[in-house]
Amino acid sequence: MYDNSLTYRTFTVVNSAVLGFLGLLSLLPIVHTLAISFSSRAPAEAHLVGLLPVGFTVDAYVETFKNELFARAFALGVLRTIVGTAVSLAVIIPLAYALSKDNQSFKGRNIYAWFFLFAMLFTGGLIPTYVIVVNLKLINTIWALVLPVAVNVWNAILLMNFFRTSIPKALEEAALIDGANHFTILLKVYLPLSTPAIATIALFTMVTHWNSWFDGLIYMTDPSNYPLATFLQKLLVQQDLRFLRRPEDVANLTNRTVKAAQIFIAMIPVLLVYPYLQKYFVKGIVLGAVKE
Amino acid sequence: MGLIFRRDVAAQPKPPIAVRVRSRWSPGRNWVLHVMVLPALILTVLFSYFPMMGIIMAFQEFKPWLGFGNSPWVGLTHFETLLAFPETRQVIVNTLVISILKIIFNILVPLVFALLLNEVRFGLFKRAVQTVTYLPHFLSWVMLGAILTDMLSIDGIINSTLVSLFGIEPIFFLGKSDWFLGTIVASDVWKNYGFSTIIYLAALTGIDATLYEASAIDGASRWQQTIYISIPSILPILIVVATLSLASILNGGFDQIYNLYNPLVYDVGDIIDTYVYRIGLLSGRYSFAAAVGLFKSVVGFVLIFISYRLAYKYAGYRVF
Repeated sequence: MYDNSLTYRTFTVVNSAVLGFLGLLSLLPIVHTLAISFSSRAPAEAHLVGLLPVGFTVDAYVETFKNELFARAFALGVLRTIVGTAVSLAVIIPLAYALSKDNQSFKGRNIYAWFFLFAMLFTGGLIPTYVIVVNLKLINTIWALVLPVAVNVWNAILLMNFFRTSIPKALEEAALIDGANHFTILLKVYLPLSTPAIATIALFTMVTHWNSWFDGLIYMTDPSNYPLATFLQKLLVQQDLRFLRRPEDVANLTNRTVKAAQIFIAMIPVLLVYPYLQKYFVKGIVLGAVKE
Repeated sequence: MGLIFRRDVAAQPKPPIAVRVRSRWSPGRNWVLHVMVLPALILTVLFSYFPMMGIIMAFQEFKPWLGFGNSPWVGLTHFETLLAFPETRQVIVNTLVISILKIIFNILVPLVFALLLNEVRFGLFKRAVQTVTYLPHFLSWVMLGAILTDMLSIDGIINSTLVSLFGIEPIFFLGKSDWFLGTIVASDVWKNYGFSTIIYLAALTGIDATLYEASAIDGASRWQQTIYISIPSILPILIVVATLSLASILNGGFDQIYNLYNPLVYDVGDIIDTYVYRIGLLSGRYSFAAAVGLFKSVVGFVLIFISYRLAYKYAGYRVF
């Protein structure tokens, strides 16, 4: 079935070259950042570093980790990721289970479904949400970063569809006859059979939390409460250094190699879970988007 | 209604045993299901429905110390300002220009990329290219903003490469309005094209191989197969992607813009979301910002509705 003409073979060569180039282009910013972070200060400041370190040293990483502001922001980033993912899963899994029933066996199911669907499609917008979070006294607490984003309706729908299509109805009916209630069925029947789906959702939620910066910026008025993404946004993107307060921190955290080291450290958790993400997301996306 | 929940439509007659189970067990046990919905219900009321009610502040002159109850009512004043004010009109135009350009390129580039990738026979190379091109999708705009600002600066690696290769003047990518738009669209496509390819690749893999075999026997070249088999086969999914992206036409991409723009390029780069944040939370004009936000939410909601209807009508696509 394959075309063996000279034109097609020429195309194959050109095509491979183009795709290889695009692949490299995707990695370029990461490699460049990595190279700067491992370079000596002088060549980095003079913009002499390309894709390989000049004057290899790990000083930038040592300095970054020694800085207590960075360490604190890093810890808060980890904390919000763990708490945020745990809370989100704890809310979404039972929701998806209940909504996976049909309207006959769970009266009110369709009303609930429309209730959540509408919340997904129509939002009050940034300002009213902000005012509500202020009025609930969540400002400067971790809950401002966890609770407003906990009910991710997309993930709930994804999981609901998985429950419906992949878990044999007979198992549930057998458990019901044996006297199990829905909690037991969810824990003992559904969860063990849905580890891949739940792992996918957990990983996506983790990456979203780790990368979230805007909620930290608006809900944390005290900079010592910034999670890492917000800390870096303020320091590296806005370059608003007033929040650092101590002059030595400004000096330590703003040289080019340390900046690069901070960016790379912030990417590491994403790079670590990426292979697992990749294993699952193809399936997950196709599951959610294309139905026969 | 297009948004019908699938399982209910396809409800099959249950065997007698299931009927008995339902009548004997379900009514008494349904409270468990209600309890399971409860936590999500409470959070959604708090963080989605309360803010929706908070929209009344768009019709008030909201003062935080007076609250929703005591702030004075001003009717449609903020909406009149919104439509009469050149600044807000410019912001709406910017949003439309940026998002329309992004929609076009975010559909075309992944499509071409998927077709090219589909021609690769060497599996390892194909997977390697996929792995690295998907990656930027998962990196946040904060990190990429910091990196790109540095790389695209006057003395950054991109300008120094261009200068040494072509001997041109350094380009101020993020500081000149005429370059900013292109830079925004290009970097957004760069970040997402790999990931957007997945859906087309899945569709391409699903094409019946006998179509290609039959056409090869008839003497079709690979190019003809692409034009007459591959592209028509993935057209339905292309229509779905295109119509659904209509829903995001007022977004423009807050995370990206906010991490790449600066006052020099507000004339082309300021979008509704960045504008709402700046005038609302930074300048304290809560009600006017809420009115702009409400305008966006309502138009967005209508667009989502229309686009889902279109996707259902022309491609038989159902979300739920």
